[in-house]
Amino acid sequence: MYFLAAEGGETTHNPIIPVWQEIVVGLVAFGVLCFVLMKFVFPRMEQTFQARVDAIEGGIKRAEAAQAEANQLLEQYRAQLAEARTDAAKIRDDARADAEGIRQDILAKAREESDRIIAAGKEQLAAERATIVRELRTEVGTIAVDLASKIVGESLADEARRKGTVDRFLSGLESTGAR
Amino acid sequence: MFGQANVLAQGQAEFPPSVGDFYLPSILPWGAENSYWFTKITAMVWIAVGILIIFFLATYRKPQLVPTKKQWFAESIYGFVRNNIAVDMIGHAGVRFAPYFTTLFCFILLTNFFAIVPFFQISPNSHIAFPAILAVISYVMFIWVGIRHHGFVKYVKASLVPPAPWYILPLLVPIEFFSTFLVRPFSLAVRLFANMFAGHMLLLVFTLGGFAMLSANVWLAPVSVLSWVMTIALTFLEFLVICLQAYVFTVLTASYVQGALADEH
Repeated sequence: MYFLAAEGGETTHNPIIPVWQEIVVGLVAFGVLCFVLMKFVFPRMEQTFQARVDAIEGGIKRAEAAQAEANQLLEQYRAQLAEARTDAAKIRDDARADAEGIRQDILAKAREESDRIIAAGKEQLAAERATIVRELRTEVGTIAVDLASKIVGESLADEARRKGTVDRFLSGLESTGAR
Repeated sequence: MFGQANVLAQGQAEFPPSVGDFYLPSILPWGAENSYWFTKITAMVWIAVGILIIFFLATYRKPQLVPTKKQWFAESIYGFVRNNIAVDMIGHAGVRFAPYFTTLFCFILLTNFFAIVPFFQISPNSHIAFPAILAVISYVMFIWVGIRHHGFVKYVKASLVPPAPWYILPLLVPIEFFSTFLVRPFSLAVRLFANMFAGHMLLLVFTLGGFAMLSANVWLAPVSVLSWVMTIALTFLEFLVICLQAYVFTVLTASYVQGALADEH
């Protein structure tokens, strides 16, 4: 019945002419939809997107900061290590130099000591030699004089003359001995 | 389909279907002709509005940084229109239009979709009033945006006067005026309206045609079955058209806004 009636009223229904009641309904309905969605939903979605971007970028930034800090620490450690190495090397060098110095000192002292001992020995030797020579000289003189007086039978009382004679004799001996 | 089948069984629907089939009787007051305030069509518009509002408010009541499934779904609808239509067409400035485009897209998509939902089975957009409203909003919007962006004189000049030699301008200016300021709202509205109108008409023809053949001659039953199979196939086609038209309407609106914002012609 309705459909027949609708067909009966077909002349009044031109599909290209909008029904004004529908325009009003459509405007109101679509307006409500726009109002609610554009005011309460999509801006919040934008905010969420933004928050998400911030969260991700913040994470990346934090990671970058941590990385930078780690790098800096690494550099620092490396620098410290290098410093320690140079220090150690310096200490070793110093120690080596000290050891060398001490060795040289000891060596020099030992050489000095030995020189001193040798010199003292030589001196003593020379002194002893001189003493012996002096003793020998007087002894040889006495013996020779005694021998001579025994041979000659007369005592050469004159001291000065006797000494001169002995000296001459010894000089002659020495010169022949040196030859 | 069932509604029509019942109607036909009672001998109330005629074949071929006519424009009158698009104008269903009023719900309140019940059965009244020529009363359009509360019909199946307007009821569907309200239902669509209600579904969209409830869906989006419910899924986006407590937005979280790591979205739930529903929130992700709502976001991906918005993200699709925002990134693939607004930003793609307009560029970075398109973000501020994305909320409207998304509302527009969802509204058209859902009201179109009623065309193939059992018991709804007709799209409000097959009544030109609704596409016309949307087209007029788009029309006013792109002109408004253009005037806001350039100033009135500069906008009119930019949209009417193409960079061409002066002697060809008398020909070009009327064409530009015609295509930009006269044809655009009509083409927008009529494209959507005609697609939904024709889709509904096609489904009616094949459904009612099956019944008509069956009642005319029992031996035509196989052809009737073929006709109904065609109806199913056409429903899939209709689904394609539904999505496509919603997309096209939104993209064209975005394109007009982009044209209004563009600095060069």
